[in-house]
Amino acid sequence: MNDAPERYPHDVLVIGAGGAGLRAAIEAAEKGASVGLVCKSLLGKAHTVMAEGGVAAALGHVAEKDSWQVHFRDTMVGGKLLNNPRMAEIHAKEAPDRVRELEAWGAVFDRTRDGRILQRPFGGHTHPRLAHVGDRTGLEMIRTLQDRAVAAGIAVYMECTITHLLARPDRVKGAFGYWRTSGRTVLFPAKSIVLATGGIGRAYEVTSNSWEYSGDGQALAYLAGAELMDMEFVQFHPTGMVWPPGVRGLLVTEAVRGEGGILRNKDGERFMWKYLPEDRRDEYAATDEEAKRWVEAQSEGRTTDARRPPELSTRDNVARAIYTEVREGRGSPHGGVFLDISYLPADHVRRKLPSMYEQFKELADVDITAGPMEVGPTTHYMMGGIRVDADTGATTRAGLYAVGEVSAGMHGANRLGGNSLSDLLVFGQRTGAAAAASAAEQAEVPYVDPQAVQVAARELAAPFEASAGDREDPHRFHEALQATMGTLVGIFRKEDDLDEAIRRLADLRARWPAIRIGGGRAYNPGWGLVYEVRNMLIVSEAIARSAKARRESRGAHSRLDFPDPDPAWSNQNVVARLATDAMDISTTPLPAMPDDLRQLISTESH
Amino acid sequence: MADAHLSVFRGTPETEGTFVPFDVPVEDGMVVLDALHWIQAHEAPDLAVRWNCKAAKCGSCSAEVNGKPSLTCKTRLSDFEEGETITVEPMRAFPLVRDLVTDVSWNYEVNKRIPPFQPPADQPQESWRWQQQDIERVQEFRKCIECFLCQDVCHVLRNHETERPFMGPRFLVRSAGLEMHPIDTADRTQHLKDEGGIGYCNITKCCTEVCPEHIKITDNAIIPLKERVADKYYDPIQVAWRKLRGDKTGEGDATDGPSTPPPILRGPTSGPASGDSD
Repeated sequence: MNDAPERYPHDVLVIGAGGAGLRAAIEAAEKGASVGLVCKSLLGKAHTVMAEGGVAAALGHVAEKDSWQVHFRDTMVGGKLLNNPRMAEIHAKEAPDRVRELEAWGAVFDRTRDGRILQRPFGGHTHPRLAHVGDRTGLEMIRTLQDRAVAAGIAVYMECTITHLLARPDRVKGAFGYWRTSGRTVLFPAKSIVLATGGIGRAYEVTSNSWEYSGDGQALAYLAGAELMDMEFVQFHPTGMVWPPGVRGLLVTEAVRGEGGILRNKDGERFMWKYLPEDRRDEYAATDEEAKRWVEAQSEGRTTDARRPPELSTRDNVARAIYTEVREGRGSPHGGVFLDISYLPADHVRRKLPSMYEQFKELADVDITAGPMEVGPTTHYMMGGIRVDADTGATTRAGLYAVGEVSAGMHGANRLGGNSLSDLLVFGQRTGAAAAASAAEQAEVPYVDPQAVQVAARELAAPFEASAGDREDPHRFHEALQATMGTLVGIFRKEDDLDEAIRRLADLRARWPAIRIGGGRAYNPGWGLVYEVRNMLIVSEAIARSAKARRESRGAHSRLDFPDPDPAWSNQNVVARLATDAMDISTTPLPAMPDDLRQLISTESH
Repeated sequence: MADAHLSVFRGTPETEGTFVPFDVPVEDGMVVLDALHWIQAHEAPDLAVRWNCKAAKCGSCSAEVNGKPSLTCKTRLSDFEEGETITVEPMRAFPLVRDLVTDVSWNYEVNKRIPPFQPPADQPQESWRWQQQDIERVQEFRKCIECFLCQDVCHVLRNHETERPFMGPRFLVRSAGLEMHPIDTADRTQHLKDEGGIGYCNITKCCTEVCPEHIKITDNAIIPLKERVADKYYDPIQVAWRKLRGDKTGEGDATDGPSTPPPILRGPTSGPASGDSD
């Protein structure tokens, strides 16, 4: 136990090996840095692999009139203008190059009739914009990046969990953790550290996220003194599986709706007509007939003057609509609604949505080419996260960077489908370059105080120690946390629920040090869970406190007691930071939008 | 609903493993991985299971269920007879880490040695035009989720525990995806023949049978690659033609089977995983 940890110094350490981490690592290596890439799982298994629908980029292959300006506007409108405008601008401008770059690295996207990268429509996007590979775009992306990283000779540390950042007193100095396979400790001294650890879905019971999504990066950054922002904005994806119980929450890609899927309640009513926001109603079809013409044109790859179906409203809106239908008694037998694509030719459905076809056939005995799916909202994505500089991904802590879902700002109050894969690529590239440049300014790999390492090692070993008092079980603890978040900090929120959640989370925090586990250190999932629930507790508290602070409804944040957007909140971000042992919540004004960008938003460019 | 009876392998490289019985309450639609999670949450919190997505997209939860290499997230309890004991054990082709987890790092080492994608230097990307029908075969190979079940079932790999002369079906699929990429310019035939040991595959199609992505590994990947290697190295006309041109590759290689062993691919070593698998 007192053995010194293995030690791997690097110029740039990237923690997290999904799309964002891989892209950052590749860029830092190409800039000449010695790069280490840490993954909690095996390489190539990160959550990006589950992304289905596509990567949004204004390539203009299907709709020639698409442009970065329209993509920017869609992103800002989808995010209820709470996005960092500079990030949305960079993203819209650079996404096409990043997608073409993937193709040059070996990715094989689906093609248009003239042999270029095909693009599919998605919720909130004015034009067909998502480059895709059937419904397994994330796999294509992660494999392409993985191959590139391997060819670049980047050092990959697999099945390694980071539990502590060593960042006192001024700049980050390294990361400490353990090999999951052996339980031995490891120290990565580094000049720059990039956090690319993804989201927080495991704080909720019904989620599309894998076990890895336990808010690790957000918590590590918070404990290291960096700021979290926009934590009240948790995206509930409208369509997750609701049955069977073992797969409850598993994602049903938005591509089902992009390809023409229709949502109906138990009475057969196409209910999305009722929920379209009045100010955007003219962007959507007026009748079933017009929506049908749009779908036919899409599946034949033609352009059309028909407008898109109401199911392609933004995710926050569709999720609330489904939740409301179910709550008001118009749900399906297993507590969802029906999503039907079976009216299209079976071979077309199987070709465009192959993994959805498999998923329902194998896991639910449902043939989606013959009948409807049952779907309901599922915790999917964290818009909030670590506050970063728009151009470089730098956090408020020197030497510490964040990119991808773990970071905040790009998506505002609601993310559009397809914008996360492009986010990973665009800001992965920029953050990797910035982290390498910052590392190049440091003469030596920082000295890590061995005492700080010992403290971390003692904390890490604590769950194995004998305890005199009550022992907490990590699984029961995790269930209590999920129950609190699911019932009190879900799609619809109100003040007394949030107060109750904050109380319960404080109680859990007080009990956390009493968690004890049995068994050894090698591949012990209970041990891993101890630190994951620590991280989930921190992000959960930030979500609940930020949700309480924002006394309005905007995007994914819906308050029953403040049901409308409040102009006073329209340019305010909520920030959470660690202040002597307690969480401090404050607001900060959104960066001002330059006039040229502001004009793009007011232009009706569709 | 009656309980499911699972018999789960537990053990470490240092100890003799045992099968431990667990009775797990069953809900509609449960899969083997759900049952393993129930065991972790209620009976054995330290049961080692590798998994990620629970949606058959990441290929982490591979194991042998009643002897058949399977993704545990896709294997439904209702596929078994009521009262039948469901045996779950780790993949046999890889060294044990603990319980159901094996050390698959050998695969990552093999992968590193495959010559990477190489687009043409003289063709600007703006000019690339590929028809959907021409890339569907490559897309089939790129569906692979790297569950390594094909590697696990492959008897060439099972029979060569240490010095492995064969890259295995997974990496023939990856190589095929590169070789048949519409614009790739690299030539991997020598790698496939020598380091890759493609000649060792005797097309029993066990890999195709266990592939959860239904990739026709043998028919669509391995056989066409074997043909490429044979054309280049074993076709007497082609060999003679290359000699005439003074092309050295293929000289003296027109023998049956794989050239005698260049076992550069070191097989997995048994014993505890080192962990630092970079």
